[in-house]
Amino acid sequence: MTTLATQNRSKGAGSTPLINVQNLTKSYTAGEVVTKVLQGISFNIEKGEFVSIMGPSGSGKSTLMHILGFLEKATGGHYEFEGKDITKLQDDELAKMRNEKIGFVFQAFNLLPRTTVLENVKLPLTYAVGKGDINETAKQVLESVGLGHRLDYYTNQISGGEKQRVAIARALVNNPTIIFADEPTGNLDSKSGVQIMEILQRLNNAGNTIILVTHETYTSEHAKRIIQIKDGKIIDDYPVLNRRVAHDGETLK
Amino acid sequence: MNIEYCKLSIIKLIMFSKFSQSVATSITALLANKARSFLTMLGIIIGVGAVIVIMAVGAGAQSLILAQVETLGTNLIGVMPGKSDEAGPPTSAMGIVITTLTYEDVMALREKSNVPNAVDVVGYTNGTGTANWGSNSYDTNLKGVTVGYIEVEGGELDNGRFFSKEEETNLSRVAVIGSTVKKELFGESEVIGQRIKIKKHTFEVIGVMAERGTVAFQDYDDQILMPIKTMQKLIAGVNYLGLIRIKIDSEENIDRAISDVEMTLRDQHDIADLSGDSDDFSVRSAAEALDMITVITDALRYFLAAMAALSLIVGGIGIMNIMLVSVTERTREIGLRKAVGANNFNIMSQFLIEAVVVTLLGGIIGIIGGAVFSYLIAVIANFMGYDWAFVVSLLSIVLAIAVSTAVGLIFGLYPARKASMLEPVEALRYE
Repeated sequence: MTTLATQNRSKGAGSTPLINVQNLTKSYTAGEVVTKVLQGISFNIEKGEFVSIMGPSGSGKSTLMHILGFLEKATGGHYEFEGKDITKLQDDELAKMRNEKIGFVFQAFNLLPRTTVLENVKLPLTYAVGKGDINETAKQVLESVGLGHRLDYYTNQISGGEKQRVAIARALVNNPTIIFADEPTGNLDSKSGVQIMEILQRLNNAGNTIILVTHETYTSEHAKRIIQIKDGKIIDDYPVLNRRVAHDGETLK
Repeated sequence: MNIEYCKLSIIKLIMFSKFSQSVATSITALLANKARSFLTMLGIIIGVGAVIVIMAVGAGAQSLILAQVETLGTNLIGVMPGKSDEAGPPTSAMGIVITTLTYEDVMALREKSNVPNAVDVVGYTNGTGTANWGSNSYDTNLKGVTVGYIEVEGGELDNGRFFSKEEETNLSRVAVIGSTVKKELFGESEVIGQRIKIKKHTFEVIGVMAERGTVAFQDYDDQILMPIKTMQKLIAGVNYLGLIRIKIDSEENIDRAISDVEMTLRDQHDIADLSGDSDDFSVRSAAEALDMITVITDALRYFLAAMAALSLIVGGIGIMNIMLVSVTERTREIGLRKAVGANNFNIMSQFLIEAVVVTLLGGIIGIIGGAVFSYLIAVIANFMGYDWAFVVSLLSIVLAIAVSTAVGLIFGLYPARKASMLEPVEALRYE
């Protein structure tokens, strides 16, 4: 983890923010009906931040995360990542950006079935070029999330909390610039949920930038900053004053 | 130069490791659904296996026929009635009756001054009929031939004698019978001197041919030989020949003998045109006949193989179907792979490789299965006394591998493309 931290710090929090979105809009067209999901979103996120994007279901928070994570293109507005204009990139360039810059953690874990833990974590590296010994890298990352003893288990043989830790390891393995976690505790019991939040906080302390998408106020308060969204607009953007620190014994409600 | 070379090999190594990784991924995916993968493969296995068996059995049968024809002797010339193209069979071979060859032609060809290299000549008028002896009757092939028969065709007498030159023309009712005819009509009884009835005429059996078996579709044991004139006048009621065969003293004289035969017959038939365009007969050497048999059996073989190959298209459609199901089932997996950085080409090649692995594996199993089956056929045929060669040509193996790969690529392309075009978010959300 220290290597990740020093690398991220060495990039430095220069003058250009990590993420800069201005007046971002997204609408879906189904026949005649146009659904406006995002209606002009603007904010900056600096390197090393831990931001919760919070809002009720249907508020557009997941869509926003998908656009920020290069999974989807915005309909309008401006998006710069590390000073680079994203709106002009082609599919394959976006795939490369996802591979090199982003780590995703999903609510449903999205692990490959009938595949070992190690293989799952190696997956992003197989799409990367010149990553050295990918077996070794994947093992190290799995050990850092406390799953060094589960390398050769199949993903259907481990618990939900372990699955999400595998997903986090997979998100980390490419040494990404930013980690997106979409309701990472949504499918977990409270004890496992705490463990996940603990890992995310530890990663942030080590210098990783993290964006957490959630609808739970309690979970969102583990971040340093909360952006509240409703009906596709930002209704609030504030730093967390009484930040919750996840530790063993605590439970997420 | 060395550095360039190193760079190149490193790139190759990376590409190879990527490729082998894709192959490993697809094998994992196939193993995850063993029964389904096997059933999908079955179409290809059967298709390729059938093609291999047909090609091998065809080659075996071909070698058998050719070997048998060769035992007739390669220094034979055949004259058939009717003109023909150089390579194709004469029209008489198609069952059309042409009456241009006569006994007088045989007489002319026998003249040493006409065809100096001819050892002997035999003319044929063939038919079928029922032979009776006491209360026994038997349907068999009747052959009116000239005395040169044994010299030209080979074979030997088991008992008795062949008819003489006088008997050839004086309508003698004498018959030389094959071993099957003997068995059917007489059983174990004494044969020579017995009288049999063929079409109300009484024949004396003067000889029995030794058993010879079937050579080039012709059962030498199931026939009755009689003098040509007897056959023409009493049995068939015709005055033409179906075939003339001429034995030449040696193989290198065949070309010369063929032109001698042609000149003699043109003279006989009053054909002034020496170009051959007006000929009413065709002269063929045994070598040409062998070539012709090869052409015909090859055509048959490839036609059957092409029919069997049609099943590969059916197999291919099966693979496309299963791949489409697989793409739908694995939509979330595709979404995830895209989320962690797979581009469209990565996804497409993953599914294409999967399709090709299925068809190629099916093809290889089909080749092995087909070869084993063909080998068993060869063993059984040899056990039954046929000189049957086990031939699985390298060409058919290479072709089978190429075709099964092509089937995978062609029928995998659409599902693979469909997978690669999925939007990552749509795919991730798919339930």
